[in-house]
Amino acid sequence: MIIPHPILGPRDAQEFVYLGDASLLNRPDWQAEDASSAFHDYQYQRNNPAGVHRELWFHEQGDRSWLVVTRDTTTHEILKAELARDVALAGETAK
Amino acid sequence: MSYSGFRLIKEALRGHSGWKPAWRNPEPQPGYDFVIVGGGGHGLATAHYLAKVYRKSRIAVLEKGWIGGGNVGRNTTIIRSNYLLAGNEPFYELSLQLWEGLEQDLNYNAMVSQRGVMNLFHSDAQRDAARRRGNGMILHGSDAELLDTDGVRREAPFLNFNNARFPIKGALMHRRGGTVRHDAVAWGYARSADRHGVDIIQNCEVTGFRIENNKVLGVETSRGYISAGKIGVAVAGSSGRVMSQAGMRLPIESHVLQAFVSEGLKPVLPGVITFGAGHFYVSQSDKGGLVFGGDIDGYNTYAQRGNLPVVEDVCEGGMALMPMIGRTRLLRMWGGVMDMSMDGSPIIDRTQIDGLYFNGGWCYGGFKATPASGRVFAHLLATDTPHETATAYRFDRFEKGLMIDEKGVGAQPNLH
Repeated sequence: MIIPHPILGPRDAQEFVYLGDASLLNRPDWQAEDASSAFHDYQYQRNNPAGVHRELWFHEQGDRSWLVVTRDTTTHEILKAELARDVALAGETAK
Repeated sequence: MSYSGFRLIKEALRGHSGWKPAWRNPEPQPGYDFVIVGGGGHGLATAHYLAKVYRKSRIAVLEKGWIGGGNVGRNTTIIRSNYLLAGNEPFYELSLQLWEGLEQDLNYNAMVSQRGVMNLFHSDAQRDAARRRGNGMILHGSDAELLDTDGVRREAPFLNFNNARFPIKGALMHRRGGTVRHDAVAWGYARSADRHGVDIIQNCEVTGFRIENNKVLGVETSRGYISAGKIGVAVAGSSGRVMSQAGMRLPIESHVLQAFVSEGLKPVLPGVITFGAGHFYVSQSDKGGLVFGGDIDGYNTYAQRGNLPVVEDVCEGGMALMPMIGRTRLLRMWGGVMDMSMDGSPIIDRTQIDGLYFNGGWCYGGFKATPASGRVFAHLLATDTPHETATAYRFDRFEKGLMIDEKGVGAQPNLH
């Protein structure tokens, strides 16, 4: 798989480390009443879709940036790659 | 029709004209007491034990494609009972004991071959860990033997013992482990379940669950609605997909694991050899091909195929361990979708929906578990209580901090 890095251009997926579902950007509020169950869901539960999936990739052997990659899990086609920083600052709910 | 040597001779004399299909191909009934979703090894085994051991009737197995077309047809055929933790080892030992009696139980030749599984180690620390694991196995009634370098050399003289990074210092030998003809497992269970009255319904995809007042009433399928008293889901890599139809999220990610077969060679490997440090394990099939594999690719996928970097990594591991395979040509490679649970251990449990039961999260270790998985899942479906060997495989273990961290690796934390 080739990941179209928004700054560096096309890079081999081997340079990246995979973390998983981009919803991990949305860390629950640790002071909330239901923090315990919210963190359980955050930590362990996954949507695991067959189809379009937004996921976190870390460019470990590159510029060490975190990306949000939109990829089809049934074909491995990569539809989009954004800096995770931009996604987080835009306050998008990563689903 | 029972299979036997006598029957074989009789049919040989009659030009093999008397063989019947091994199972029926029935139309789905409007309703069943038990519906098993997934006609793979685990689903078919569940149906077999439900009917034969727990004496239940009105059972159906629903399969979206053809039976045995998923991971039971796409694995590396290894069976073993060499786990360490108390939550795991009794279960896998039950499985190995069921493997040992499987062919008589099913009246089907599954080519169970206990040719031994050898886990190599390369350092003092690894030797200590192997000794501890071996003691744990023996305490749970399994077998284990610690081999030193010479012991390994007697078993497999062709290994590279002097690898600079991972010199072979010995191995944990599990002589009752081995290999099984994987497709025959699915067919044998299917045939036996069918003979006990189970309806095996192929080309019947579950498209939804009918749930009222938190109780499941039946399944919507591509061949119409089927009502059910209890529904057991055993769909491995498709767990997330199927359970989302019941509104459930799971502690599971689907990943791909690749496996490989070389061209046929003369008999060269005595049994299964695992080289964990080099991400490589290998055995030789009865047809002569070297069957080997390594790690998962490491990203979510349902594609049933992987990418080339892992191919390279696995082959490098093979070359480091057994330089003699350098001239061997690769014949086939394939990928299977693994239901990677978050702690690397399975889940066999009730769900929060009445009448809906789940069996999954097998990661890349589901094949060896097939008989025990079917046995304990049938126990759960029939009695509503977990089988004594599977009490740890609960959904709520993540919430309670009771993870079964046999290796400490599931989908995360990238330690494969």
